[in-house]
Amino acid sequence: MVIFPAGVVVFAPKLIDSAFALLFTLFGVAGLFAFLGADFLAAAQVLVYVGGVLVILLFGVLLTRRVQDTEIRVGANQVWVGSLVSAAVLSLLVVFVFRAEWIELPESPPEPTTATIGELLMTRFVLPFEVASIFLLAALIGAVIIGRSEER
Amino acid sequence: MIISLQSYLIIGAILFSLGLIGVLTRRNAISVLMALELIFNAANINFVAFARYSDPGLSGQVVAIFVIILAAAEAAVALAIVLNIYRNRDTVNVDEVDELKG
Repeated sequence: MVIFPAGVVVFAPKLIDSAFALLFTLFGVAGLFAFLGADFLAAAQVLVYVGGVLVILLFGVLLTRRVQDTEIRVGANQVWVGSLVSAAVLSLLVVFVFRAEWIELPESPPEPTTATIGELLMTRFVLPFEVASIFLLAALIGAVIIGRSEER
Repeated sequence: MIISLQSYLIIGAILFSLGLIGVLTRRNAISVLMALELIFNAANINFVAFARYSDPGLSGQVVAIFVIILAAAEAAVALAIVLNIYRNRDTVNVDEVDELKG
Protein backbone atom coordinates (compact mmCIF):
# COMPACT_ATOMS: atom_id res chain seq x y z
CA MET A 1 0.00 0.00 0.00
CA VAL A 2 2.73 2.46 0.93
CA ILE A 3 5.72 0.88 -0.71
CA PHE A 4 4.42 0.55 -4.24
CA PRO A 5 3.47 4.22 -4.79
CA ALA A 6 6.76 5.20 -3.17
CA GLY A 7 8.53 3.12 -5.80
CA VAL A 8 6.53 4.90 -8.47
CA VAL A 9 7.58 8.24 -6.96
CA VAL A 10 11.22 7.32 -7.29
CA PHE A 11 11.17 5.49 -10.62
CA ALA A 12 8.44 7.11 -12.71
CA PRO A 13 9.87 8.69 -15.84
CA LYS A 14 7.40 11.56 -15.84
CA LEU A 15 7.41 14.13 -13.07
CA ILE A 16 3.65 14.49 -12.87
CA ASP A 17 3.29 10.72 -12.33
CA SER A 18 5.62 10.77 -9.36
CA ALA A 19 3.71 13.74 -7.91
CA PHE A 20 0.44 11.81 -8.00
CA ALA A 21 2.10 8.66 -6.69
CA LEU A 22 3.37 10.77 -3.79
CA LEU A 23 -0.28 11.56 -3.02
CA PHE A 24 -1.03 7.86 -2.51
CA THR A 25 2.13 7.34 -0.49
CA LEU A 26 1.17 10.14 1.89
CA PHE A 27 -2.35 8.77 2.28
CA GLY A 28 -0.85 5.35 3.01
CA VAL A 29 1.38 6.81 5.70
CA ALA A 30 -1.67 8.54 7.20
CA GLY A 31 -3.35 5.14 7.26
CA LEU A 32 -0.35 3.67 9.08
CA PHE A 33 -0.64 6.46 11.66
CA ALA A 34 -4.29 5.56 12.13
CA PHE A 35 -3.29 1.91 12.65
CA LEU A 36 -0.82 3.04 15.28
CA GLY A 37 -3.55 4.82 17.20
CA ALA A 38 -2.36 8.33 16.33
CA ASP A 39 -5.62 9.83 15.16
CA PHE A 40 -4.60 13.48 15.44
CA LEU A 41 -1.37 12.81 13.58
CA ALA A 42 -3.20 11.01 10.76
CA ALA A 43 -5.49 14.02 10.35
CA ALA A 44 -2.54 16.41 10.47
CA GLN A 45 -0.72 14.30 7.88
CA VAL A 46 -3.64 14.50 5.48
CA LEU A 47 -4.16 18.21 6.08
CA VAL A 48 -0.55 19.37 5.94
CA TYR A 49 1.02 16.96 3.48
CA VAL A 50 -1.80 16.22 1.09
CA GLY A 51 -3.35 19.67 1.41
CA GLY A 52 -0.22 21.76 1.63
CA VAL A 53 3.07 20.22 0.64
CA LEU A 54 1.69 18.27 -2.30
CA VAL A 55 -0.11 21.32 -3.70
CA ILE A 56 3.10 23.33 -3.43
CA LEU A 57 5.00 20.56 -5.22
CA LEU A 58 2.36 20.42 -7.94
CA PHE A 59 2.70 24.18 -8.39
CA GLY A 60 6.41 23.62 -8.83
CA VAL A 61 5.84 20.83 -11.36
CA LEU A 62 3.41 22.92 -13.39
CA LEU A 63 5.41 26.13 -13.25
CA THR A 64 8.53 24.41 -14.55
CA ARG A 65 6.66 22.56 -17.22
CA ARG A 66 8.87 23.37 -20.15
CA VAL A 67 11.70 21.22 -18.88
CA GLN A 68 9.37 18.46 -17.84
CA ASP A 69 9.74 16.29 -20.90
CA THR A 70 13.50 16.34 -20.83
CA GLU A 71 15.47 13.47 -19.42
CA ILE A 72 15.13 13.54 -15.63
CA ARG A 73 17.56 10.77 -14.81
CA VAL A 74 21.26 10.95 -14.43
CA GLY A 75 23.55 8.57 -16.24
CA ALA A 76 23.22 4.83 -15.70
CA ASN A 77 26.48 4.80 -13.78
CA GLN A 78 25.13 7.04 -11.05
CA VAL A 79 21.86 5.13 -10.91
CA TRP A 80 23.78 1.95 -10.16
CA VAL A 81 25.92 3.59 -7.52
CA GLY A 82 22.90 5.22 -5.86
CA SER A 83 20.87 2.02 -5.87
CA LEU A 84 23.82 0.11 -4.49
CA VAL A 85 24.31 2.60 -1.66
CA SER A 86 20.67 2.59 -0.64
CA ALA A 87 20.45 -1.20 -0.94
CA ALA A 88 23.39 -1.39 1.45
CA VAL A 89 21.67 1.02 3.84
CA LEU A 90 18.43 -0.96 3.60
CA SER A 91 20.11 -4.29 4.34
CA LEU A 92 21.95 -2.77 7.29
CA LEU A 93 18.72 -1.34 8.71
CA VAL A 94 16.86 -4.62 8.26
CA VAL A 95 19.62 -6.59 9.93
CA PHE A 96 19.63 -4.25 12.90
CA VAL A 97 15.84 -4.23 13.16
CA PHE A 98 15.81 -7.99 13.45
CA ARG A 99 18.85 -8.37 15.68
CA ALA A 100 18.04 -5.73 18.27
CA GLU A 101 15.84 -6.68 21.19
CA TRP A 102 12.97 -4.25 21.30
CA ILE A 103 11.09 -3.64 24.50
CA GLU A 104 7.48 -3.97 23.56
CA LEU A 105 4.74 -2.74 25.80
CA PRO A 106 1.55 -4.76 25.90
CA GLU A 107 -1.06 -3.62 23.44
CA SER A 108 -3.36 -1.03 24.85
CA PRO A 109 -6.60 0.04 23.25
CA PRO A 110 -6.20 3.25 21.24
CA GLU A 111 -7.49 6.35 22.94
CA PRO A 112 -8.19 9.82 21.60
CA THR A 113 -4.84 11.60 21.50
CA THR A 114 -5.72 15.17 20.60
CA ALA A 115 -6.22 16.51 24.13
CA THR A 116 -3.02 14.91 25.43
CA ILE A 117 -0.99 16.23 22.50
CA GLY A 118 -2.31 19.74 23.09
CA GLU A 119 -1.44 19.50 26.76
CA LEU A 120 2.09 18.27 25.97
CA LEU A 121 2.58 21.08 23.47
CA MET A 122 1.71 23.62 26.13
CA THR A 123 3.74 22.10 28.95
CA ARG A 124 6.69 19.88 28.14
CA PHE A 125 7.23 20.96 24.53
CA VAL A 126 6.41 24.63 24.87
CA LEU A 127 9.88 25.81 23.83
CA PRO A 128 10.02 23.78 20.58
CA PHE A 129 6.46 24.92 19.95
CA GLU A 130 7.38 28.60 20.14
CA VAL A 131 10.58 28.06 18.14
CA ALA A 132 8.50 26.30 15.48
CA SER A 133 6.17 29.29 15.26
CA ILE A 134 9.09 31.71 14.80
CA PHE A 135 10.61 29.31 12.28
CA LEU A 136 7.41 29.12 10.27
CA LEU A 137 7.20 32.91 10.19
CA ALA A 138 10.81 33.14 9.01
CA ALA A 139 10.20 30.48 6.33
CA LEU A 140 7.08 32.33 5.16
CA ILE A 141 8.87 35.65 4.79
CA GLY A 142 11.92 34.01 3.25
CA ALA A 143 9.89 32.09 0.68
CA VAL A 144 8.03 35.26 -0.33
CA ILE A 145 11.24 37.26 -0.68
CA ILE A 146 13.07 34.54 -2.62
CA GLY A 147 10.10 33.73 -4.82
CA ARG A 148 8.95 37.16 -5.92
CA SER A 149 10.12 38.61 -9.20
CA GLU A 150 12.83 41.23 -9.03
CA GLU A 151 11.38 43.96 -11.21
CA ARG A 152 8.73 46.11 -9.58
CA MET B 1 -3.28 -10.70 13.03
CA ILE B 2 -0.70 -9.06 15.24
CA ILE B 3 1.29 -6.26 13.68
CA SER B 4 4.56 -5.96 15.52
CA LEU B 5 6.95 -3.09 15.94
CA GLN B 6 9.35 -4.70 13.50
CA SER B 7 6.98 -4.51 10.55
CA TYR B 8 6.58 -0.77 10.98
CA LEU B 9 10.34 -0.36 11.26
CA ILE B 10 10.81 -2.42 8.08
CA ILE B 11 8.29 -0.25 6.22
CA GLY B 12 10.13 2.83 7.46
CA ALA B 13 13.46 1.39 6.32
CA ILE B 14 12.16 0.55 2.84
CA LEU B 15 10.61 4.01 2.49
CA PHE B 16 13.87 5.59 3.61
CA SER B 17 15.89 3.58 1.09
CA LEU B 18 13.54 4.49 -1.74
CA GLY B 19 13.88 8.14 -0.76
CA LEU B 20 17.64 7.74 -0.69
CA ILE B 21 17.62 6.30 -4.22
CA GLY B 22 15.52 9.25 -5.32
CA VAL B 23 17.78 11.84 -3.72
CA LEU B 24 20.90 10.22 -5.13
CA THR B 25 19.80 9.46 -8.67
CA ARG B 26 17.11 11.92 -9.73
CA ARG B 27 18.14 14.86 -11.80
CA ASN B 28 15.15 17.14 -11.48
CA ALA B 29 15.23 19.28 -8.33
CA ILE B 30 11.51 18.76 -7.69
CA SER B 31 11.92 14.97 -7.82
CA VAL B 32 14.68 15.32 -5.26
CA LEU B 33 12.25 17.25 -3.05
CA MET B 34 9.63 14.51 -3.39
CA ALA B 35 12.20 11.90 -2.39
CA LEU B 36 13.04 14.06 0.62
CA GLU B 37 9.39 13.97 1.62
CA LEU B 38 9.59 10.18 1.48
CA ILE B 39 12.53 10.25 3.89
CA PHE B 40 10.64 12.56 6.28
CA ASN B 41 7.69 10.18 6.23
CA ALA B 42 9.94 7.20 6.97
CA ALA B 43 11.29 9.00 10.02
CA ASN B 44 7.76 9.88 11.11
CA ILE B 45 6.59 6.27 10.86
CA ASN B 46 9.47 5.24 13.10
CA PHE B 47 8.70 7.97 15.65
CA VAL B 48 5.04 7.04 15.88
CA ALA B 49 5.76 3.30 15.96
CA PHE B 50 8.17 3.74 18.85
CA ALA B 51 5.69 5.99 20.61
CA ARG B 52 3.07 3.28 20.27
CA TYR B 53 5.14 0.25 21.24
CA SER B 54 8.08 1.23 23.42
CA ASP B 55 7.37 4.50 25.19
CA PRO B 56 4.38 5.24 27.35
CA GLY B 57 3.06 8.66 26.51
CA LEU B 58 2.77 10.61 23.33
CA SER B 59 6.17 12.32 23.05
CA GLY B 60 6.95 10.54 19.78
CA GLN B 61 3.77 11.86 18.22
CA VAL B 62 4.60 15.41 19.29
CA VAL B 63 8.06 15.07 17.72
CA ALA B 64 6.40 13.75 14.56
CA ILE B 65 4.24 16.89 14.48
CA PHE B 66 7.40 19.02 14.61
CA VAL B 67 8.85 16.96 11.75
CA ILE B 68 5.71 17.68 9.72
CA ILE B 69 6.08 21.40 10.47
CA LEU B 70 9.71 21.36 9.33
CA ALA B 71 8.82 19.44 6.16
CA ALA B 72 6.15 21.98 5.25
CA ALA B 73 8.49 24.94 5.74
CA GLU B 74 11.27 23.16 3.87
CA ALA B 75 9.01 22.45 0.90
CA ALA B 76 7.88 26.08 0.70
CA VAL B 77 11.37 27.58 0.86
CA ALA B 78 12.91 24.96 -1.43
CA LEU B 79 10.19 25.47 -4.05
CA ALA B 80 10.80 29.23 -3.95
CA ILE B 81 14.50 28.62 -4.54
CA VAL B 82 13.80 26.16 -7.37
CA LEU B 83 11.43 28.60 -9.06
CA ASN B 84 14.04 31.33 -8.80
CA ILE B 85 16.69 29.08 -10.33
CA TYR B 86 14.26 28.17 -13.09
CA ARG B 87 13.57 31.84 -13.79
CA ASN B 88 17.24 32.76 -13.91
CA ARG B 89 18.76 29.67 -15.47
CA ASP B 90 15.90 28.01 -17.38
CA THR B 91 16.71 24.66 -15.84
CA VAL B 92 15.79 22.69 -12.73
CA ASN B 93 18.40 19.99 -13.09
CA VAL B 94 20.57 19.85 -10.04
CA ASP B 95 23.71 18.90 -11.94
CA GLU B 96 23.58 21.90 -14.25
CA VAL B 97 23.60 24.45 -11.44
CA ASP B 98 27.28 24.25 -10.63
CA GLU B 99 28.58 27.82 -10.52
CA LEU B 100 30.00 27.32 -7.05
CA LYS B 101 32.16 24.44 -8.23
CA GLY B 102 35.80 25.49 -8.07
